[in-house]
Amino acid sequence: MSQTHNETVLSGPEIQQKIDEMAAAVYTLAGEPKELVLVGIQRRGVPLAERLSNVLKEKGVAVELGALDITLYRDDLETVGPRPVIGETRIPGELAGKYVVIVDDVLYTGRTIRAALDELTDFGRPDKIALCVLVDRGGRELPIQADVTGATVSVDVNSRVDVFLDEIDGKDAVELSRGWRE
Amino acid sequence: MSAVSLGKDLIGLEHLTPEQIQLVLDTAEPFKEVSERQIKKVPTLRGKTIVNLFYEASTRTRISFEFAEKRLSADTVNIAASGSSIVKGENLVDTARNLEAMRIDMVVIRHPSSGAPGFLADRIPSNVVNGGDGKHEHPTQALLDILTIRDNLKTISGLKVCICGDVLHSRVARSNIWGLLALGAEVGVCGPKSLMPYGLEELGVRFFPRPEEAIEWADVLNILRLQLERMNAGFIPSLREYNRVFGITNARLERAPKDILVLHPGPMNRGVEIDSDVADGPHSVILDQVTNGIAVRMAVLYLLAGGKPDLAEGAKG
Repeated sequence: MSQTHNETVLSGPEIQQKIDEMAAAVYTLAGEPKELVLVGIQRRGVPLAERLSNVLKEKGVAVELGALDITLYRDDLETVGPRPVIGETRIPGELAGKYVVIVDDVLYTGRTIRAALDELTDFGRPDKIALCVLVDRGGRELPIQADVTGATVSVDVNSRVDVFLDEIDGKDAVELSRGWRE
Repeated sequence: MSAVSLGKDLIGLEHLTPEQIQLVLDTAEPFKEVSERQIKKVPTLRGKTIVNLFYEASTRTRISFEFAEKRLSADTVNIAASGSSIVKGENLVDTARNLEAMRIDMVVIRHPSSGAPGFLADRIPSNVVNGGDGKHEHPTQALLDILTIRDNLKTISGLKVCICGDVLHSRVARSNIWGLLALGAEVGVCGPKSLMPYGLEELGVRFFPRPEEAIEWADVLNILRLQLERMNAGFIPSLREYNRVFGITNARLERAPKDILVLHPGPMNRGVEIDSDVADGPHSVILDQVTNGIAVRMAVLYLLAGGKPDLAEGAKG
């Protein structure tokens, strides 16, 4: 794998600023939320959901946190070979009647979100499910769109968007590598 | 994505690497949560057909596999030797080939002959899981035993585990010994000399002639069932005497210098190899083993379903 061009899409402070804006947008979107549940998708959606909930809690909004690993709901297990390690799934209590926001780092084909929707509905019937992502890079293969987006980049299939988060990677950054495929 | 894979079949723990055993244990962890959900089902093996081919009686193992398969959304068929064409004299490979002709994906097999699952695995393209073969191995039982120990004591490496009872006839013992040694545990066995196989010392397994010594030494006791159906050859004088000398009783456990964990693969002969006070007492994790059994089997099925060699090769690139 050769990385020919590396650009920074978002720096650390910019990420934090985006998260503040996303939290505000989630709050507006939810209106008068009965019960708000932020569900982060493993792995980097989980710390993102945590940060969003921290911002919301500072503003006095009650939020519950969850984590979702969609591996068992993927539609490409036949072709991925040795099995990806499965992360923790943790849903706080009943989802019925709640307002669930799925949180992920990058929105690309939409297949992860399709799997997440299937998995969430197996847990119960939320009143509403919304999608909040840090970066939308286009390239959808399914009719799925985000309700709240931190940043949008338009790149082709030969580019890669990497999100680094302090909790997992020891730094905050969103980087774009063009032409990473040989 | 992990580079370790289980390959096509799970025949035994003897030839697995510590990394492969670890992979199954780690993969079992998230599957525990699936069984706690309101809808205890994930679509992972949707469209896969699994045949449970049981040439020997089994309740726990067969039901546990069946739950695991159903919770992964696979379609399952159970075949018991009695009441099938096996009693008409069809041989193992013909039975399996006929099943293959019906487009199955996996076979879970229990067989009275040691080596039958391995024999089958070499001859059919479907994944084969050993559900216990003769006196050879019972890998998923050992994996669930090891997972239960790890859950309770947080580690396997450095632990002292003593397998008590009829080691000679026990496939559970063999799989446990190989699995535990691979993960760095010390393993002992305890029971009448007439129920011990040859060559255990060469594996680095210690022999304790008396349960008192085993209890003094061990962190964990895995108490095997005295296989009554195999006892007609005069291995022990009587069940009562066996219980008096080798039975794990509260009176014996009370003299343990430290907390001791008690496992039993089931079905138990209460009052023979284990007393009811122990089986239902605070040391016992016997029902945790049963719960973990489903998670371990889900992990194994999940890992094997993706373990077609060509895919594994492709994913390395």
